[in-house]
Amino acid sequence: MNKTDDKRKFMTSSGIEVKSCYTQGDLEAFGFDPDRDLGYPGQYPYTRGIDPEMYRNNPWVMGQYAGFGTAEAANERFKFILSQGATGFSLALDLPTQLGYDSDHPLSQGEVGKIGVAIDSLKDMEMIFDGIRLDRVKHIRTTANAIGPVALAMFIALCEKQEADPGQTQIIIQNDVLKEFVARGTQIFPPRPSLEFAVDAIEYSAKRFPNWQPLMVSGYHYRDAGANAVQEVAFTFANAIAYIELALKRGVAIDDIAPMIRVHFGAHMDLFEEVAKLRASRRMWAEMMNNYGAKKAESLLFRHHSGTIGGTLVAQQPLLNIARVTIEALSAILGGSQSLRTSSYDEAYAIPTEEAEMIAIRTQQVIAYESGITRTVDPLAGSYYVETLTNEIETRVKKYLKKIDEMGGAVAAIENGFIEREIADHSYQSQMEIQNGSRVVVGLNRFTSREEVKIRTFKVKASTEKKQIQSLKRLRKERDNRAVRERLGDLRKAAGEKTNLVEPILAAVKAYATVQEICDVIREVAGEYRSMPGAV
Amino acid sequence: MDRRIRVLIGKPGLDGHDRGAKIITRALRDAGMEVIYTGIRQTPDQIAQAAIQEAVDIIGLSSLSGAHGVLFPKVVEILRKRGAGDILVFGGGIIPNDDIPKLKKAGIKAIFQPGTSTEDIVTFIRANVKNT
Repeated sequence: MNKTDDKRKFMTSSGIEVKSCYTQGDLEAFGFDPDRDLGYPGQYPYTRGIDPEMYRNNPWVMGQYAGFGTAEAANERFKFILSQGATGFSLALDLPTQLGYDSDHPLSQGEVGKIGVAIDSLKDMEMIFDGIRLDRVKHIRTTANAIGPVALAMFIALCEKQEADPGQTQIIIQNDVLKEFVARGTQIFPPRPSLEFAVDAIEYSAKRFPNWQPLMVSGYHYRDAGANAVQEVAFTFANAIAYIELALKRGVAIDDIAPMIRVHFGAHMDLFEEVAKLRASRRMWAEMMNNYGAKKAESLLFRHHSGTIGGTLVAQQPLLNIARVTIEALSAILGGSQSLRTSSYDEAYAIPTEEAEMIAIRTQQVIAYESGITRTVDPLAGSYYVETLTNEIETRVKKYLKKIDEMGGAVAAIENGFIEREIADHSYQSQMEIQNGSRVVVGLNRFTSREEVKIRTFKVKASTEKKQIQSLKRLRKERDNRAVRERLGDLRKAAGEKTNLVEPILAAVKAYATVQEICDVIREVAGEYRSMPGAV
Repeated sequence: MDRRIRVLIGKPGLDGHDRGAKIITRALRDAGMEVIYTGIRQTPDQIAQAAIQEAVDIIGLSSLSGAHGVLFPKVVEILRKRGAGDILVFGGGIIPNDDIPKLKKAGIKAIFQPGTSTEDIVTFIRANVKNT
């Protein structure tokens, strides 16, 4: 901000005007009541945290995002991660897998094994987890969204094959397909059948695998697409409401649904606003679940995973990104996250190198073990400024939620382009602020240096695609193709009858049907998403 | 002759991250150009086809998934095969420095990496489309 320009307004990244000083009067202005608005950590409305002791007992889960190449390469990588003492990992999937295309589909060309591992069939899962028993790994996260129920079936089949106890592991499937239509772009079917399909995984897990988490509603991707903090919370909650209400309609109890949901938020640069965002979210979530009639205490808990935002990383002077990630990570921890993923400083160039990935993890360890901020729970509580921001974010989020509800809910707001337009407007505005210098990005529009950047980047082996296609062709020859056809026929029938599809998908998965073969059956019945020029 | 410059912004491949593509689309429009954005998940063939049909002067390609090395040259190749090699192609996204010479050799006129100002892209288009 420009010090000489006194008339200039100071704003948070969400456009909340900030005063020069906050006092007791600001809290009184909105009727702040600490007993009602905050309570104690681990108590309703959980503004201060979902656990009474928070990081005093255990630091947060430091979970990184990894996986690339072939199943063999991923297997080696995960064995390494586990040998280093990690208790869980995330299984990143390549784009063809996420979109239900086999590795030899024309659209897969150039993408196989690029941003994650390629999974064509259960065979690849068996290879990835060769020598890694599922019940010895505490939690595994995947980025399966449009194919959420297929991923769920893959894990169930693998559990059975390994004779592993599903109660001893936690499978976390993102399965938040609604946000894909706006931000991440891996939708396969149109919005309404996509929502039904996602809820199939929730409904099935509620009955069979209550400790698994078949939904991670994600605001992170909205944020990375340019949304501000208020939009991130509002649009994520709107999606959560859509999943919950459909599951309730199918007769699943709120106390069975709520504990299975996790929320994934971005951690951005605006430190205090980010802390306020998380505090407001916990309070609103508890209130929302309470209004749905939740009786169990665990149903009220807003469990959230934070990830530092890739879009705030800058290609110029890339080592400065370590400082940015530190500030973003601080916001997530001061805000009380249960788990955190930190970005690597070289992500504006390519998939991280091992060295950059190591620094990202070590940054979390420095915060956890050196900074002292973990000594007490919710250290910013009672700050005139932070409480005012917390209240302001809640008010603004509720306004958005009311508007979306009046439109007919999240699906309607996605179909009519409202959410996409709101985010695109904010995203364009931020870019223009960077270009006119009113938003400073060090090294980019201020304090720039002319040095050419020398950075070592990571490369996926060029042979990955060829190898993956070879093993897919071998699978098609070796499996019992009559059984595959029969199982796919059963799936077609179930899809036509609009029953829960997890069971027939599981049968197809066990017969080694490919992800594409399964998705193609559903494409026939549910239709396919057609790319349209977006709201710009 | 004061014809407006016509631009096609395309997202080849399966990558769905289009914040950048949308910002560029809007910025070029604000600079007075006619801009068509294809939306995500287009094949190189669809992009070349759309560019020819819409008689654009220049195509901007965006990819953040690492598939640029295969997909960007393919668009140029198809344009040339169909006698539309005069349509210029530039690209942007998460593209390592090492890949840039190869892409340029394949006929991509320029590559814009993260942090590029939209004004630089406007300047680039004006300079290059006028000269051809």
